[in-house]
Amino acid sequence: MALLEIANLSLRFGGVTALQDVSFAVAPGELAAIIGPNGAGKTSLLNCVSGVYRPQKGTIRFDGRDVTRMKPAARTRLGIARTFQNIALFKGMTVLDNLLIGRHCHQKTGVLAGGLYYGLGQREEIRDRERIEEIIDFLEIQPIRKQVVHTLAYGLQKRVELARALALDPRLLLLDEPMAGMNAEEKEDMARFILDVSDERGTTIVMIEHDMGVVMDLSHHVVVLNFGRKIADGTPAEVQHSAEVQLAYLGGEAAA
Amino acid sequence: MSEALDGADTFPKLLARNAERLGARAALREKDLGIWRETSWRGYHERVRDFSLGLVALGLARGGKVAIIGDNRPEWVIAELAAQAAGAASVGIYQDSNLNEVAFVIDHCDARFVVAEDQEQVDKILGLIEQLPKVAYVIYSDPRGLRRYRHEKLLSFSEVETRGRQLLQEKPGLFEENVAEGGGGDLAMICYTSGTTGQPKGAMLSFANLLTMALSLHQVDPRKPSDEFVSFLPLAWIGEQMMSVATALAIGFTINFPEEPETALHDIREIGPKVLFAPPRIWEGLNSTVQVKVMDTTPFKRFLYERLMPIGYKTAELRLNEGRMPLGWRVLHFFADLLLFRPLKDRLGLLQLRSGTTGGAALGPEVFRFFHAIGVRLKQIYGQTEISGISCIHPDHAIKFHTVGKPIPGTEVRISERGEILSRSPCVFIGYYKNEQATNETLAGGWLHSGDAGYLEDDGQLVVIDRLKDVLRLADGTQFSPQYIENRLKFSPYLKEAVVIGKDRPYLTALVCIDSAVVGKWAEKNKISYTTYTDLSAKPQVYDLLQREIDKVNETLPIAARIRKFVLLYKELDADDEELTRTRKVRRAFVEERYRSIVSALYGDDERIAIDTTIKFQDGKTARIQANLSVRRLEAGGA
Repeated sequence: MALLEIANLSLRFGGVTALQDVSFAVAPGELAAIIGPNGAGKTSLLNCVSGVYRPQKGTIRFDGRDVTRMKPAARTRLGIARTFQNIALFKGMTVLDNLLIGRHCHQKTGVLAGGLYYGLGQREEIRDRERIEEIIDFLEIQPIRKQVVHTLAYGLQKRVELARALALDPRLLLLDEPMAGMNAEEKEDMARFILDVSDERGTTIVMIEHDMGVVMDLSHHVVVLNFGRKIADGTPAEVQHSAEVQLAYLGGEAAA
Repeated sequence: MSEALDGADTFPKLLARNAERLGARAALREKDLGIWRETSWRGYHERVRDFSLGLVALGLARGGKVAIIGDNRPEWVIAELAAQAAGAASVGIYQDSNLNEVAFVIDHCDARFVVAEDQEQVDKILGLIEQLPKVAYVIYSDPRGLRRYRHEKLLSFSEVETRGRQLLQEKPGLFEENVAEGGGGDLAMICYTSGTTGQPKGAMLSFANLLTMALSLHQVDPRKPSDEFVSFLPLAWIGEQMMSVATALAIGFTINFPEEPETALHDIREIGPKVLFAPPRIWEGLNSTVQVKVMDTTPFKRFLYERLMPIGYKTAELRLNEGRMPLGWRVLHFFADLLLFRPLKDRLGLLQLRSGTTGGAALGPEVFRFFHAIGVRLKQIYGQTEISGISCIHPDHAIKFHTVGKPIPGTEVRISERGEILSRSPCVFIGYYKNEQATNETLAGGWLHSGDAGYLEDDGQLVVIDRLKDVLRLADGTQFSPQYIENRLKFSPYLKEAVVIGKDRPYLTALVCIDSAVVGKWAEKNKISYTTYTDLSAKPQVYDLLQREIDKVNETLPIAARIRKFVLLYKELDADDEELTRTRKVRRAFVEERYRSIVSALYGDDERIAIDTTIKFQDGKTARIQANLSVRRLEAGGA
């Protein structure tokens, strides 16, 4: 059964239709990519899944449950985590603190036990720190553990954001342009990390990405949007050969 | 020798002795997931036993070779000792070696087993596996990213350990028998010396070579079992083997492995090592870190630094030259120590340091002076891989910055008629692996020929001038060393690397690489915008800055040995481009050849040189560089 099931999703902002009747499914453990020209509705789609936008029509099912009307925080508790196109970290805090915040949804202690660092509060803190150290090791960010985020290079900040999303222990990871603005070497590193997350942890990933090379290399499954409509859905090879996709990407002439 | 080692004459026997005697004391410590995790001597011994038996189960025989490539981790030394316990030799490969270098060493040393740390190294080896028919198994220790790899020769470290434990059940006494069969004269390791010319040569070292060296060094620069040592330099290098393996086993102190190579300096501060052995670039790096931080700090702290450092310089001079300090200086030093030197050493992680040594290349006298001023009694070590790493060290009470000290006990040093440094000791190696001709040349007449030019001072201290073939003869007939000038130049924090050229030429010139971090900071401060390294090093203001630095050095040199022209190179010299050796020594002939057009412009009338070239990255990718280099003339020559 699919982990994420999107059926007949439509989203409008006033007169503008961002998404129209979009349906697709992502199987557990799959690495899916959403591609399309700018303004195609990719980020809107991701926002619907993470709960930032409420679609007017259609349903989103996660692990068999209807989450269409659920609050973002509740979806996070179910195991949906995301990163943003423009980095959304706490810039004045250290990498470690940013990651610990990512663990917040797994902490059950109140102000008292947490503040006094006693009993369950202490045990939780130690458990969460261990989890985070595993992620730090996984993404090879040991050298910047205690650095303040705004002093880091852009590519590293992107990596920290991925780390924070992983700190949630997600079952579904939504990545909004994880490689935007990176140089070739940073892209290669990021691609390797995304593959490792998929391989080693079995996390289901849905990512938006513009770099076609990356998309074709990494993903098992590609969904193509154009003007809010799904125009193709399949393996990278299938999608590449779709006439409609070529039309959307290369313009009418090239496809003809 | 065997008294101090209780009759143990090989590394595995010493490990067994330490496991018995030191038991639960920490032998290895590795920072993993943010926490320092210990392996006791007993645990170390057990892991070596399991891995060794695992290798035996897979067919490792006495006299075999096990190649090891990876960052400094416990598994590196465990694999090494496991090979030696089975009567085989270990062969370390520099972890940043490119494909050709890796292939050459693995094939040349006839290794059947390759122990590779992680995906990066496994990829290198599997990519070459067709060219490496002798390799039967590739064993990795970090499984990350390798889960989907399916290759009949690929095996994990823990699988080998499991096989070892099975064999232990079947034949309980086998490991001890294997260890007992070994002797001091056995081949312990082959160290491939990158060499500044030609293909690497494999120097064969026996246990007796390495342990004699460890004990001789111990006599003049004692170690204690309670010492802490941080292992962060390539384990393929003899210097690191000397400390992390030979001396650590002989004395029984603790080796700490940093989390990642990039965190090494931070981890040094956490450990507070009592013994530190590092090549000049590390000491130079620490020194320039301090200089950069002082530029950036608060005016009050800068004021303290500028006022108190001279006290340090003066007292260090008194202590080194006179052997004693007048009361007044002692009082001043007390306050300077409290206010500046101790906090500075604490920042660098050197507060606990008892023995700091440098080796592998010459260290500039100014860097020496700096560390002595803040109270780190840095000493020079001199030696070659072929003499197990060490032949000379500064004696405690006669540290002279221009010498490399006196021969360690058991070592004789003399100078040949050609001016070459020759040495003789029980630490001199067995020979080069499968290269009898080179062995005979190097050991001609029973002395080890170092290829270095030098002389002995009246008090018996050795002065190294340069590589014999690089020594220049100036117009007035005196010998002069480009390396000497380079080291003077490199004291400038703005300058990362310099290659002085002048052999068979009318005057001296230099190819200079700027230190992008320091010059970048300087440019920011002076509101000079730049994009890349190439762009920064082409700025006229940067040329002016470097010209001032070179002028300063020129003033201290005899007129004939002054630099007349220089060029700022558009890229840093890099070992991946074969411009440096893996131990970061400049391969002079190669560099001169590669930048032939620039060099000829330095001896012509051109003011500018157009460059259009490609550079190679470590992963084999290339990039094209187009630039316009300017040639800067210096007045100092008096020409």
